[in-house]
Amino acid sequence: MSLEDLSAMELAGAVAAGKVGAVEAARHYLDVIQRRDGQVHAFNQVHPERALERAAAVDADRAAGRGLGPLAGVPVGVKDNIVTDFGLTTCSSRMLAPFHSPYRATVVDRLEQAGAVIVGKTNLDEFAMGSSTENSAFGPTRNPWDLQRVPGGSSGGSAAAVAAYEVPAALGSDTGGSIRQPAAFCGVVGFKPTYGRVSRFGLVAYGSSLDQIGPLARDVADAALLTRIIAGHDPRDSTSLDVPVEDYLADLEKPLEGLRIGLPREFYTQALDAEIAQTLRQAARTYESRGARLVEVRLPHSRIDVDAQGQLSSYAVACYYIVAMAEASSNLARYDGVHYGHRTPQEPQDIIDLYCRSRAEGFGPEVQRRVMLGTYTLSAGYYDAYYNKALKVRRLIKNDFDRAFEQADVLLCPVAPTTAFRLGEKTADPLTMYLEDIYTISVNLAGLPGLSLPAGLSKTSLPIGMQLIGPVCSEHRLLRAGRMYELASGVRRLRPEMAKKGGRP
Amino acid sequence: MIQTGDLVTALVGLEIHVELDTATKMFCRCLNRFGDPPNTHTCPVCIGMPGVLPVMNRRAVELAMKVGLALDCEAPAFTKWDRKGYYYPDLPKNYQISQYDLPLSIHGHLDVPLGDGQTKRVRILRAHLEEDAGKNIHEHPAHTAVDLNRAGVPLLEIVSQPDMNSVEEVAAYARAMQRLVRWLGASQANMQMGHMRFEPNINLHIRRGQQLFKTPIVEVKNLNSFRALETAVAFEIERQYEQWLEDNDYILEKLGKQNRGFDDQRGVTVFQREKEEAHDYRYFPDPDLAPVVVDDTWRDSVRASIGELPLARRRRYMQAYNLSFKEADALTQDAPTGNLLDEAVKLGADAKRCTNILLGKVAAVANERGCSIAEVGVTAAQLAELAKMVELGEITAGASTRIVARAIEVGGDPRVLAEQEGLLAVTDSTALERWVDQAITANPQAVAEVLSGGKKQKKAFGFLMGQVMKLSGGAAAPAQVQELFARKLGPLAR
Amino acid sequence: MSKDIQADLVRHIARLSRIALDESRADELARQFADILGYFDKLQELDTSDVQPLVHPMELSNVFGADDPHASLTPEEALANAPQRDGDFYRVPKVIGDSL
Repeated sequence: MSLEDLSAMELAGAVAAGKVGAVEAARHYLDVIQRRDGQVHAFNQVHPERALERAAAVDADRAAGRGLGPLAGVPVGVKDNIVTDFGLTTCSSRMLAPFHSPYRATVVDRLEQAGAVIVGKTNLDEFAMGSSTENSAFGPTRNPWDLQRVPGGSSGGSAAAVAAYEVPAALGSDTGGSIRQPAAFCGVVGFKPTYGRVSRFGLVAYGSSLDQIGPLARDVADAALLTRIIAGHDPRDSTSLDVPVEDYLADLEKPLEGLRIGLPREFYTQALDAEIAQTLRQAARTYESRGARLVEVRLPHSRIDVDAQGQLSSYAVACYYIVAMAEASSNLARYDGVHYGHRTPQEPQDIIDLYCRSRAEGFGPEVQRRVMLGTYTLSAGYYDAYYNKALKVRRLIKNDFDRAFEQADVLLCPVAPTTAFRLGEKTADPLTMYLEDIYTISVNLAGLPGLSLPAGLSKTSLPIGMQLIGPVCSEHRLLRAGRMYELASGVRRLRPEMAKKGGRP
Repeated sequence: MIQTGDLVTALVGLEIHVELDTATKMFCRCLNRFGDPPNTHTCPVCIGMPGVLPVMNRRAVELAMKVGLALDCEAPAFTKWDRKGYYYPDLPKNYQISQYDLPLSIHGHLDVPLGDGQTKRVRILRAHLEEDAGKNIHEHPAHTAVDLNRAGVPLLEIVSQPDMNSVEEVAAYARAMQRLVRWLGASQANMQMGHMRFEPNINLHIRRGQQLFKTPIVEVKNLNSFRALETAVAFEIERQYEQWLEDNDYILEKLGKQNRGFDDQRGVTVFQREKEEAHDYRYFPDPDLAPVVVDDTWRDSVRASIGELPLARRRRYMQAYNLSFKEADALTQDAPTGNLLDEAVKLGADAKRCTNILLGKVAAVANERGCSIAEVGVTAAQLAELAKMVELGEITAGASTRIVARAIEVGGDPRVLAEQEGLLAVTDSTALERWVDQAITANPQAVAEVLSGGKKQKKAFGFLMGQVMKLSGGAAAPAQVQELFARKLGPLAR
Repeated sequence: MSKDIQADLVRHIARLSRIALDESRADELARQFADILGYFDKLQELDTSDVQPLVHPMELSNVFGADDPHASLTPEEALANAPQRDGDFYRVPKVIGDSL
């Protein structure tokens, strides 16, 4: 196996054993990024000097016989809405294009303490609002499987970087599917842990009660390794769970006995692309062949209908967007041109003018839309009809899952209604894009962990992803269930043409 | 001037913002300190940088609970945080973390002592915690400068019912609240440092014949001193009546609630143009913070930490220690001073004598230093020792003043200090007798007046005592000197 | 499923959100809002009269920090990103008073 074939875990092992140098690994990936990223545009910024310095430090530690962290020498990408105290943190927005943070996110600390070599910040939909990475102020990222298609969003940059073998692993964030859906579109593994499992300190807030940070990786073992490193209680995050982190790598290869796999009836309707539905049913049968039991469950409030106009209709999507937009409108109020970030170059008439111009110039159209709608749903007279109503529906959605988990250990679901669509295909109408999230948003509303992993390729050679959902704090079982599928199906470490050896650079 | 036939009642409620005396801010651990150079106590959290999260200051919550319980409020079992959204440069997140529908304390009261010895009960509607905003500096004519040192400081907002009916009552309430929060150690409540800010809301009920008219409720924003509070309320009461006389539509039903500012220079309230969305704060529960659940154990332990409150203690001092109202009041301005007295009494000292010492030299030093009597640093042990020495005549009252001053300066055991300074009363009968004889010999006129037993006797005797004190350099033990005089001149008709 | 949202309402919302509205887009925005808000109205179909709102998926409580100071940023560090400064202050157009 050559260096580029090594997963994050394998590479860490090789560095620790002295078979590969950290600097060698860093140089390799920086080189790939340089050759390949011009087309993919997964990265907003790359930090070659710093990465090589960090890699050199790992090599020095190794040479001196000092202990190495579990990710020592492994190059990783970090989504550009996770704050670093080196370089910029832009959230792919003009509003934060000049922002140099004086502090760093907790997960960045944990990655570097584990010896990881952060090579750069990856592209995203502006402020994590989107499902295609087309909302980036710095241009879209392209899907390494087909450069005319989107990588998904909002963590499109991280997913594409991993899929294109520009880095072995990357961090993304997931508010309504933003790790899981791009993972599915790009044929990689994406994991959103239980809400509160990973610290949000340093994650630029979009939907505070929904956001979580998680890994994008080549396989389930890597996802488990990265999650173990970044998870854990953080006193700087009041919503972080004070519960010990299990060893997610333990027994990962051991299949789960008597696994009950729930299939939510509401998710397997005409709304789902036929080929995807077939692939998922095949996956279900694969589990069955390994001793799992299939059981139908109900998630009534996550039901997806198709209306007379052919438009998808879902309570959960309405609920999600009301909550997310309301929280976003408040979280983004701070961007006002006063303390940091973009300020209008025109001399303003007064403070209100300063705010209005700076924000209109700094925020793209989708962000503006969500901030305005969120403001509206919280405004006087509308709170009960929208926001409070949505919070009640949220409880109903969560109750559905609690009931489903009485009969099943994990749920097997679609990630997205289709495979990766073309750039520009869904940008005409915001609502169309919102409906990309129908299978992922309930998970955030209920705060549950969700694992997205490749189930196969479509007839047109596009990745098809499947989603495993578990109850609160069931990361270990979920990851084991995912690994079980990899072993049983052989679907693992998919690689697009452009990332293959001898493939176009 | 009120027209004949008009019965005018002012209804005034007061919102008081109290900055709590914690070491750090409400949601981050920057120092809570006034008067330092601009933007020296800020961090990514209180600046509201991207990605930061708030962490509740436990001590702030407990101090707030303490105040609420001392005001006899209910402390509900469940209380939560809400975001209050509005855009202003001193509010870096453009929302304030506050409490909306489920505050920390509700439904209490404060019994306010009025000047004439009466008490007024003012009902407290609620008290809630929030974070303070930064400061806007308006010195430059063309722009405003923003300092965020104060942004995030814990603020307790105490809201009363409109139970006050005069400027005197409002002022008394405000002062009583200041005393209470200081008493509890919840706030230094130093007006110059902006620890307390007032927002009165005022309207009038005017009875004319069978009809009752109500003027609109005016809230005067941001008053930073007692003087401003009194002036604003007085001005507003008059202004509203005048305006109602001129304008029939100046009534509550038509105009509801209004805001006015206060012009400190001219001592008047001023009209503030209504901003369109002035009251649409779009409150919603803060998703970054967990609610606070208060169980009985916690509530009881906070309640227990309150101890005796000022009015109760003042009453006790007058009854049990026989102190005057003035003395008792002076000793109950803060808790530690009274604690000092009580401890000294427990050590066997006489309360009155301790009081004399505390309200004498110690109070004078406290005044100079601008601190409380307890903060001067005299210990209960020192105080008790001194008081006992005076009681036993080992030192004179005058000497005790000098010893206290010395103890404040250098510390130490009062007895040792008295010896060092040569202030121990001379009890040697030979020396005493010598001085007494000298005084008698040198002052035949006074002696005669003493022996005559008439009106001048007391004064003359005092004079003779004074002479002995002079001769002895203040060191003669008074009780023994009196005895000697009595032996030589005969018992006095007292 | 669409509501009738007028451009005036959009202007009001933009103002509340402190975002300058591009007048040429006001009507388009009104249509989009109408679509999206109309979609949100779907929730009215559900009976939630007996349901408590769920703010947080994990219902935590009593998460505190101790009253112990940490190091603050220096004014230089704090103001490093400030678009306009006046010495060690942030600089903004003239406003009246303080907000609290």
